[in-house]
Amino acid sequence: MFWTKFKRILRTGFFNFWRDGTVTLASVLVMMVTLLVIGLISFFSAVLDTTLAELKNKIDINVTFVTSASEEDILDIKHTIESLPEILLVTYVSRDEALSLFKARHSSDQSILSALDELGENPLGAVLNIRARDPSQYASVAEFLESGNALSSGGLTIIDRINYFQNKAAIDKLAKIIASADRLGVALALFFAAISVLIAFNTIRLTIYLARDEISVMRLVGASTAYIQGPFVVVGIIYGVVAGLLTLLLFLPLTYWLGGTTENFFVGFNIFSYYLRHFLEIAFIVLVSGVFIGALSSALAIRKYLKV
Amino acid sequence: MIVFDRVSKVYPDSSVALEEVTLSIEPKEFISIVGPSGAGKTTLLKLFLAEEKPTDGAVYYESINIHTLGRKAIDAFRRKVGMVFQDFRLLPNKTVYENIAFTMEAANRTDEEIESDVPHVLELVDLTPKIWNFPRELSGGEKQRVAIARALVNEPDIIIADEPTGNLDPANTYDIVQILKKINDLGTTVILATHNKGIIDLLKRRVVAMERGRVVRDDKTGKYFV
Repeated sequence: MFWTKFKRILRTGFFNFWRDGTVTLASVLVMMVTLLVIGLISFFSAVLDTTLAELKNKIDINVTFVTSASEEDILDIKHTIESLPEILLVTYVSRDEALSLFKARHSSDQSILSALDELGENPLGAVLNIRARDPSQYASVAEFLESGNALSSGGLTIIDRINYFQNKAAIDKLAKIIASADRLGVALALFFAAISVLIAFNTIRLTIYLARDEISVMRLVGASTAYIQGPFVVVGIIYGVVAGLLTLLLFLPLTYWLGGTTENFFVGFNIFSYYLRHFLEIAFIVLVSGVFIGALSSALAIRKYLKV
Repeated sequence: MIVFDRVSKVYPDSSVALEEVTLSIEPKEFISIVGPSGAGKTTLLKLFLAEEKPTDGAVYYESINIHTLGRKAIDAFRRKVGMVFQDFRLLPNKTVYENIAFTMEAANRTDEEIESDVPHVLELVDLTPKIWNFPRELSGGEKQRVAIARALVNEPDIIIADEPTGNLDPANTYDIVQILKKINDLGTTVILATHNKGIIDLLKRRVVAMERGRVVRDDKTGKYFV
């Protein structure tokens, strides 16, 4: 009997979906808007994530050593720093490399190059480029270096300057922006998701309101609650699946069109290739949201009319 | 047997729909409830179907107080009662066949039973050619015959008809009444609420007259008005 009932509920649901043309169209369209918002939110958080990661990567500190510092001492310090848990990467740039980098950077500026030649010797110190796992950790790294852990064997500090202290204000600000952008992103996403879910819920509630007389007739011929509710839930699920598929389809031209723009705007992030790479993931999110919203809205909205 | 035991119904706006109505209906009886609009006929039927709860008193069906039944028992009870309404109340998105099949599905009948019984009951109300039509494609009289077929198909103990001819022309009215009479002859209790004098005179069965929520007259082979 269970299978017979299940089959009947499915069949009735499909028929109702198919026959109730205008109501179906309206509900699917509204549901599409909701799923579009949910999909865009996942794109948005991806954009935010890559941009933030990109920004975080751009933050580093350079420790410049005095020209007289020996390579051994510098490498010692490098090891010490590397052993700190908050450090992601330390790169050593020797004096010669620093010079060639400097020359390359100013290759078009003849006066600087000739000034260097005039000097006869390499005026640049070796550099340790330090990357922390999190921007907020640079302060402690810089303090660690300042606090005398970087003294040469002779007891004299070999550190010429740490550019953290020059960039401190900018780094702090960026760290704060990143943290709050993360939080704001989540809050905004939740807010829009909540609104669009409410809109979808209301639309489905309206479709069930339209069927309230039918529901009372079903009650009066003695149909059980599950048997009345079932087909409406099935219709809700179909709304979700159809709207979900249409949304995923719509994302193709949409992201393709936005792809170039996003690539220029957010360093190297192409929304179209992101969509293709994460298609299964996004399809899962969109379809599951659709099914969930459709089924739950129907089940909840119908309860009021089942009390006859 | 159906018994209304001193049943009163007062709606929240304190309008009194029924006042101490006592009435018993025997099995296989054909009873007409008459009276002007607002006399309490529909309220009486709604109380019997457990659509409304009485403010006072009790309604019994085979010695069971209907309003003490739980959800499932109410559903099971309603499957033993066929309903016919003035506004037909067919399911608009289902064909004639599906409308009738729905009632049988609700009663957990098998697919085989449904396939054999639906055409049969449509033959009874003379509507076989319209089996695949939707309600919107039928005339008023045809719709009402579908409604009667739906009420009949589960072989109920009781048929309740609330103003079944209210929206019909005289010829269709006559047909519907004949069908109800035939159903009663086959052994089903029929409760008919109406204010159509012609029907009552035609039937020559028991008539209960109501006025302002009270039973004012109970006549075994009644006429509409004395």
